[in-house]
Order: sequence, then structure tokens, then C-alpha cells
Amino acid sequence: MSTEAPKAPAAEKAVEMVNVQIDGKWLQFPKGTRLIEACTQAGQFVPRYCYHPKLSSPGNCRMCLIEMGMPKMTPDRKPVIGADGRPEIGWIPRPQISCAQDVSEGMAVRTNSPMVQECRKGVMEFLLINHPLDCPICDQAGECRLQEFSVEYGGGESRFLEHKVKKPKNVELGPRVTLDAERCVLCSRCIRFMKEVADDDVLGFVDRGSHSTIAVHPGKKLDSNYSLNTVDICPVGALTSTDFRFKMRVWFLKETKSFCTSCATGCNTVVASRENTVYRQTPRENNDVNGIWMCDYGRLNFHDLNSADRLTRPMVRGKDGLEPVTWQEAIGRAAAELKALSGPEIAVIASGRMTNEELWLAKQLVTAVGTHLRDVIPRIEEGDDLLMNADRNPNSTTAQMLKISGPVPGSDLSEIARQVKNGRLKALIVLAEDVSVLGLTPEDLAKLPTLIVLNIVKNPTNLNASIVLPSAGFAEKRGSMINAKGRLQRLNRATNPPGEARDDWEILRDLIHAVSGGNGINSIEDVFKQMAASVPAFAGLSLSKIGDLGVQLQIT
Amino acid sequence: MQIPADLEKQIDEVITHYPVSKRSASLPLLHLIQEHFGYVSDEAIEWIATKLELQPINVYELVTFYPMFRREPAGRKHIRVCRTLSCAMAGSYELKESLAKAAGIDLHAHDHNGSGHANPVAVSPDGEYSVEFVECLASCGSAPVAMVNDNFKENVAPASGKDLFGLSASDAIKIKKRPVHPRETRLVFKNIDREKWTNDIACYVKDGGYEDLKKALKLKPVDIVNEVKTSGLRGRGGAGFPCGVKWGFIKYGGPKPTYLICNADESEPGTFKDRYIIHQDPHQLIEGMIISCFAVQANLAYIYIRGEFPEGAQILEKALAEARAKNFLGKNILGSGFDLEIYVHRGAGAYICGEETGLIESLEGKRAYPRIKPPYFPAVLGLYQCPTIVNNVETLCHVKHIVRMGGAEYAKIGRPNNTGTRILCVSGDVQKPGYFEVAVGSLTMGEVVNDLCGGLKSGRKLKAVIPGGSSAKVLRAGETYKIKVKQPDGSMLDKEIGIEDIVMDFDSLAAVGSMAGSGGVIVLDDSRDMLWTLNNINEFYAHESCGQCTPCREGSLWMKKITDRMLAGGGVQRDPDVLKNVADNIAGKTICAFGEACSWPTQSFVAKFRDEFTAHAKKSVPPPTPPEYLPEQLVSKHE
Repeated sequence: MSTEAPKAPAAEKAVEMVNVQIDGKWLQFPKGTRLIEACTQAGQFVPRYCYHPKLSSPGNCRMCLIEMGMPKMTPDRKPVIGADGRPEIGWIPRPQISCAQDVSEGMAVRTNSPMVQECRKGVMEFLLINHPLDCPICDQAGECRLQEFSVEYGGGESRFLEHKVKKPKNVELGPRVTLDAERCVLCSRCIRFMKEVADDDVLGFVDRGSHSTIAVHPGKKLDSNYSLNTVDICPVGALTSTDFRFKMRVWFLKETKSFCTSCATGCNTVVASRENTVYRQTPRENNDVNGIWMCDYGRLNFHDLNSADRLTRPMVRGKDGLEPVTWQEAIGRAAAELKALSGPEIAVIASGRMTNEELWLAKQLVTAVGTHLRDVIPRIEEGDDLLMNADRNPNSTTAQMLKISGPVPGSDLSEIARQVKNGRLKALIVLAEDVSVLGLTPEDLAKLPTLIVLNIVKNPTNLNASIVLPSAGFAEKRGSMINAKGRLQRLNRATNPPGEARDDWEILRDLIHAVSGGNGINSIEDVFKQMAASVPAFAGLSLSKIGDLGVQLQIT
Repeated sequence: MQIPADLEKQIDEVITHYPVSKRSASLPLLHLIQEHFGYVSDEAIEWIATKLELQPINVYELVTFYPMFRREPAGRKHIRVCRTLSCAMAGSYELKESLAKAAGIDLHAHDHNGSGHANPVAVSPDGEYSVEFVECLASCGSAPVAMVNDNFKENVAPASGKDLFGLSASDAIKIKKRPVHPRETRLVFKNIDREKWTNDIACYVKDGGYEDLKKALKLKPVDIVNEVKTSGLRGRGGAGFPCGVKWGFIKYGGPKPTYLICNADESEPGTFKDRYIIHQDPHQLIEGMIISCFAVQANLAYIYIRGEFPEGAQILEKALAEARAKNFLGKNILGSGFDLEIYVHRGAGAYICGEETGLIESLEGKRAYPRIKPPYFPAVLGLYQCPTIVNNVETLCHVKHIVRMGGAEYAKIGRPNNTGTRILCVSGDVQKPGYFEVAVGSLTMGEVVNDLCGGLKSGRKLKAVIPGGSSAKVLRAGETYKIKVKQPDGSMLDKEIGIEDIVMDFDSLAAVGSMAGSGGVIVLDDSRDMLWTLNNINEFYAHESCGQCTPCREGSLWMKKITDRMLAGGGVQRDPDVLKNVADNIAGKTICAFGEACSWPTQSFVAKFRDEFTAHAKKSVPPPTPPEYLPEQLVSKHE
């Protein structure tokens, strides 16, 4: 029913270019460029609702109508050349849509003629006559195409005096997506996304004419792991995220470029926060990682940051349980207890969720305390064919590369657990993990004289620790990770860790310093530099050099 | 859900009609399910989806798009009354009221106030009867018409709705005794109303039928295309596109198969011609179709027939079986080496299925959303993305005659560039409405109204004529048109003519700012209110809009709401200008020609009968700031 999504022309071989006149200027574009994209590249944005570069083009919103012309032809089908050496243009009296045609040789476009302005005004008016006056309560306000285009291209006043068409306003299409059918402009982006990208043909149109709405069949739900992408691409407030609904006005949100840390894919994201609270994550385009999508599981996996169970103060266990202390005391006590032991009495369990910098320092810590008992806890679950990787640890690549885990992550864990249970181990350092998954009960943990934990929320391990070091969540720190395909990407700080919690790398640096003396690290860049000096994959790089889209590494 | 064995057998058989895609069997299966159970339940939707390897939403989309499908049972006798122009003019609204009263149905309890696209089905408390409005049933010359289950009744007296309850026979298959008018030239309609004529193959063959097929099979396919080009045949479905040129777009020997579809979805208000060919002379259509398929080398063809012709579908199926039995269809037709299979495919109540790409989408088992052109030109990317020819019923019949007499002979009938004969369907305020086959351009408008149809009703004067189906722009009696007439020496002479002198051919009607369209001529006399007329037409288009593209979806309903309000007395001064501007914002901006079809009536009625519209638009525009004015307040309280 629709033309396919526009293909980017192959980069390797020489690309055929075509000459196109846009608003009087002759320009060149690669063959296969969609006309609407050519206009954007020429600096003339053409408004649109139903067109999306990653989906097929149905051409139904009619917002991208422009004036089009083709070269005038002689009777034997050759273009008539004008005085300027360019083809003379015969303008088509009817406006044409620009989203479903590729550029062709000699094509001409007017993107802002009086005819085009009339078309846009007309379409805007039609879209608004049945649209509810919901702006004051609609989540989309501030990032709504109806608002933006009606200001840019619409008429100022309404001349509609009739009853608007009423449709269902609060439909639970699925567990995470709410539909307001009155706001829907029937662009069909959501239907096409579910069918063409998410491979779950569950949305469709019901009824006819002006009464058409989006719906699912009563026996089914929009519960795919990619359902929230429909909310991203919905140009209006028809599809909203049930999680984000009514939480925050988007113009208050600060946007920080980052990436998702819920699996080894590392989809690029935007973290949206206000003051110190993260309100939502949305995908960011990176055609080498995630296209323009992300999965629902990763997208919604930030609520821990706002949890009431955040660890906010360093704690040390006294006779009445865990008591808050200063950082100096906590680090000092931890170092003292570690220095009193020999290497084989200590174990370090790190995490595949730690950044490269943190893992590098964890490795220094392992060396500083002189142990060979170290590992990370693997997290392998069901992956899908799209974005969600079976490995739910975002940085297993570095953990293996730095040899914090062996070639098979988790192979040393049972040994560590055994030594905790039989009392051989005297100190366990748990970095950003919960060892109850190893079958260690509070009674087992109580056998450890020293249990040092570094984490962000309370968990069974932390509650039984002897020293608690509160750290920063993924949106609260700067650092880098390497995804499953060997791409180095950087986290950026969106919010500050709560209370007295500090960046993990600083905590580890202080601990190492206290255990074995100075290491010359004053900033996180120093950590990366040290790392780059001994790990060939990082040669020549620095944290700042990792751009917004990451750097592809050669991992051996 | 219990599907009886014989129903499942029928279903399995129907699925074999669509070897390329099982999804195409969605509509036929929905028809079979509804015929058996009386309606389509949620379980039925899931069952059909599983059977055709689809998602339930794919079937659910169809049930809610096509108004013939019901989610709830109707009465044991379900009565469909046509509400579109000619039938409304003849009293179909009063008919529905009298039906509802006789059946004990409270129509106002079922008034959804425009909440759904289809007209609501109102069921009587005892479940015995139900009544619904449907759009044009393609029998405007015998208005008002109604259907009781599958039986069709013409010329129903509006006050006598009760008489329909006992209807057991159908007028659709009744042969009329209707004399041929002396000014007619019967070619395609030669056998309609013919004495002692029956629609079986024996009668047709005895009369010389299928001889032209034998002649065609001895020619080269490209020669037949050239004959059709020479004949100058223009499509009879409404667009008037040259048939030979359309066929010329097909390339032989391409990698994809070519398909041919007969557009038997006759739904343009005012048009009633294909109906008679289908019911009374199906073999002419089949022969014309086989010849056409041979010419474009299509080995698989479908007849897309509107769902409201249930007997027509049965008659065609029977005729196809007869043709197969005589090897006029099937493998190696008459030893020519040409294979062809034709299947009947029933629609389900959507006018937009008459649009060729909407039809193709519907045949593929989807909602009838027309496709964007470029790139989906049917001759390139049609049915199943393969080259496809879509032709009207009457057009395909003409092909047979062209093969018989040769393209040059055919071109001698009618006028240059407007060749052959065509069937005019005249309805409305004339003494003798009906169908007439005439040589194109052999009559003027005045001759059609006065000679063919016996003039207007006693004491009435002509007010307006819609010459080519409701989509055509209206012509006002008394206005004059400046046209150029070609002289014998080749020069062009300027002439000013009135409505009565307009020559009834494609070019002349286009020259006066309207179109020949589908040949549906609707005559309006001075008893008719033009606002009421336009409102009736607007409601048709608002119901039938598929809803795919913004201007038509929103604009068609808006125009209807404006004329509704004006009719109820709430018209404000700017309404005529708003109507025109809204129509201007639709025409030319849509995916398909439905945009023009729904806006041309508004543009032309408002332009030509401005005085009547301003008379209904007297109130001042309410201020835009609160309190917000509702339409009812404009009608009753304001000022």
C-alpha cells in the first residue's frame, strides 16, 4: 500500500547524482534521495505528519504538498534547454506530495509558493476542526507537530461552528501505551511501525471516514517490547506513554545525551530530567547501534534512580547496626581492614554494569589487595531479533577485556560463594551487585568480618554489609562503556547523585589510594589515559574524543 | 465456534479463488459467515483470521469499514432503503418512516447523531424487522427502491412501507416490458428487456453469442488492442479515459503476470446500467471480458461486484460455470492455447471500491484505501503489485462489439473523439425516467429530457440537471455557455448555448464545465430546494469517504454539517463562502478523485444557486470568544 522507506544510497561506489531545482536554485542530490529529504538538505524543511524516514510512505496527511515541475519535453522526448543551459520547467498545476517520490533528473520544486502556502493552511485547518482543545492537559504540548505547524503554516482563526466528532479518549491499547482517539490525525505511523519494524501487526484502523480511529482487536494488546516507540513517532498527543503521562511538561526538561545501560546493545538515548529527577528516556538516532528505536524494557529502566531506597550516606556497621559516617571514616575503615588481611582472604565481585573507568579501577583494586578471586555476575536472559541483547550487562566486553572476569564470566563465583559459606573468606568487596543471587543468605554474609559494598540502592547484600559506600546511577555520572559490537560510547551526567553519594570512580580511587598509596589520578580523564596507555583498543582516545555517536573499536 | 462442515467446505472452495494471496478471501469469508450466523461476532473474526493466516486486527478492520457487515444481529427481515438523491426526491425518507412505524421501530432511539460512519441498523423490539438507510442502490430510474434481505423492490410507494414486509420475489431478476425509444441505438443493451430473452448460455449462443470470442482468438492480442484504440472507446465508468490507451500501457512478456478486473461496483448516484447487463445479459459481459483478457494477456481475472447485487453475483457465477463447461473459459480456450480463469468477488457496501486502486486494495483483502499515484499506477503496480487493467462493465461489453464490427466501423458511431454508444440513465423529476442507449452525442440535453423522458412533470419548469452522476458539476437551467463549435471548413465558431442545447457527449459536457461521467442524468425541477439537494449529496460523500487523507476525510463531513445547519435554519452569512473555500481546499489536494467528486457538487451548487444559499445564510457570525456557540444555539436562540 505504501512505497518503501527511502534507502540511503551505497557509500562505497560512485553515486549517480541528479540535478534538481529547489526554489530557483539548481542543486545535486544522489539518485534515490526522497524529494522531501532533498528539500530538507537544501535548507527548506517541508512539514509532514505521516512521512517517517524509517517507515514506508503512505502519503495520506497531505501536509508535504509542494509545487512540482518537470522539464518540458520536445516531441521526441528530449528536454527543452533554456538560455541558462538548464531545462525549461513545465509546472504541474496540481500540487504534489514530496514524501513518496525520489528526485529525478531535471525535477523542480517550489517549497513556499502561494499555492503551497494555501495547501498547508488548508490541511492545518482540516486537522484542527475535529481536534479537541486539549493542549492544557496534553503531554505532547511543547513537542507537538500540530502546535508547531499551525503556528508556522496555519491560519489564525477557526471558522468551524459545528459539533466536533467524538471518539474514545482514554483507551488502554496496552500496558504502556494510552490512546486518545480524538487527537489522532490518522497518519498511520504507529500501524506501520508495529508491522514493518516491530514485526507485531497488532494495530489498525477501524470505522471509516471522519469516524476512523486506531484500535487493537479486542482479544489482543499493544504489549510488544517496542510499543513505546509508537509514542515517540506519534506526531500528536494521541499515543502517550502511560508511565510519563501527566508527569512533567517537556519544556522544563533538560536533555542529556547518553545511552541505555540495560543490555549490551547500548541504544543511544536522551535522558530527560528536571533538577535532580529523571522523568523519561527516549531513543536517539545512531544508525550504527539502534537506528532510531529502543526497547520498552530499557526505556523504562530508570526508576531506580528516583527510588526512595537510594543509598545516600556512607555507613559503617557498629553494635547497633549500620551507622552513617563521613567518607573519610568509611574509606579509612575499609582500607584498614583490607590491609590487615592477605590476598587469598579477600575476594572482589565487580559488575558488568560498571563503566570502563570503574572497571579499570576495580582491576587496580584487585591488584592492590593482592587477590586472585574476582569475577563479575553474568546476566543472560532471552534476547530478541531486534535490539534487546540476551546479555543484560552493558559492559561485559570490558569486563572480559580487562580480565576482571575470566573467559567465561561467572565461572569463579561458585568458588567465592563456597569460601564465604565455609568461612575461609574474610573480606568480600561487592561492586554494584547483589550476591544473594549466588545463594548467599544473610547468615552466610554474617560470617564475613568485612563486607564492603558500593551501590546505589538498598538490596539484600547491602543491608548485611559492614561498610556501605553509596555511589552514582548511570544518569548521574560520566564514563564510557563498550557494547556487544565493540562500540565505545560515553555516558553523560544528567543529574547529581543524591545526598552524599559520590561517583564510583572517585570512591574506588580513594580506596586504592588508602590501601596502596597514590596513583596519580585526579580526574576521570586521568583514569581513561591510564587505561588507554595499557589497553591497545583504547590507543589514541580520550573520554572527550568519544563523540555523541561513539567510536567503533577493534577488539582483539 | 462451531462452523458446520458444509459451510467450511464452501469456505475452503472460495479460498481457492485467490491463488496468489489468501488475504483476498477475507471479504468472501465474511459474507459467508454473516449469511450463516446473521452477523459477524468477535469469535468469527478470530476464526477467519486464523483460517487465512492473518492477525485478528486485519479482519476487524474490514468488518468496521464495510457497512454491509454487522457486529450484531439484524431483524429476521432486514430492510435496506436507499437514501441518496433520486430516491430521496421520490420519497425514500418517508418510506423509511412508514416502515419503522409499521414495524414498531423507534428511529430516534437509534439516532447516533453522527457517531458512526454507517447508517445505524434499527431493529424492532420483537426482532422480526430491522431497517437501515443505505447509499445509492443503482436503480434511480425506479426510485424509491429498497431491499428486503436479498430481494430487491423498485418503485416502492413511500407510504406503503408495510407492503415490503411480505416481499418474497425480487425485481432485480424481473424482465420489464419497456419499449425501446426510437432515438435509441441498442448495441450493448440489445438484449435488455428483449422479448423471450433469458440469461442462460443456450439463449446467448443461439443468438450468435461467443462468435466474437472465436473471432478474437484468431487475432493477435496486440491487434485487438489496436482495434480498441482505433475505435476511440472511452471508459464508461465515469472517467472517460481512452480504453485502448489504457491497454497500451501493458507490456507483453514481462516478469509479472497481468490481471484484469471488471469494475461492477456500480455505485455512482444516478447511475443504473451495469445492473441490467449483469442480471439480464451476463454472457455479453463475460464474452467481452474474455476477449479483453486475451488482448492484454491476463490469465486470471475478477469481477468485483457490489455487495448489494446478491442475485447478480449468483447469476454471474452460474454464467461463468456455463462458460467453463463450454470451454469458453479455463485451460486452452477453444484450442487457442490461452488459459483464463474468472472469479466473482463481492464487495460489501463501499462506494470507494469503485475507484480502481481502492478496488484493488479491497480485492487484496484490505480496507479500500486508494493508492498514491505515482508510483501505484495499476498498469505497473496493480493487483498484488502486478500490471492490472480495471475496466467498467459497459466498457468491456463494448469491446465485444468492436471486435465484431471492427474499430473503424465502431468509430463511425457517435462523434469524433466521442465514439460509440453509451447508456444514459435519467432519473429525478421527469415523466418517464429510465435507461436509454444512444449514440454518443446524438442527442442534446433538451432532447433527453423532453423526447426520451417525456418532459417534466405537469406544471413544472426545469431548474437544474446533474449530467454525469452526483460527482458531476450541476448545470443551471437558464444559464448560457460559451463554446466553440467546429465548422465544416475546420474553423472554430464561438457560440452561446443554453442547457437544452448541450450535446450529450464527453467533450461537450466538459466544455460547459461539467462532465459526461457515468451517464447518470438527474433532473431537478423548480419544486426542488438546492440546499436540500446539496445536503443530500454531501451526506452521501461524508458517509462514503474512506478517511485515508486529511482534506476529504475532514472536509466532506464538514461540508455536510454546514448544509445540515443551514437547512435547520442556523445558516450564518459567511457559510456560502466557507462552503466554497472548504471545497476548494479539498479538490486537487487528495490521493484520489473522490476529493474532486465530493467538492464539485458543493462548488457548483453554491456558485450557480448562490441566491438560494444566501437565503439560508442570514444570521450573523457568532463571536469567537466564550460562550462557545453550539450549532443548536445558532438554529434556535441566536438573535
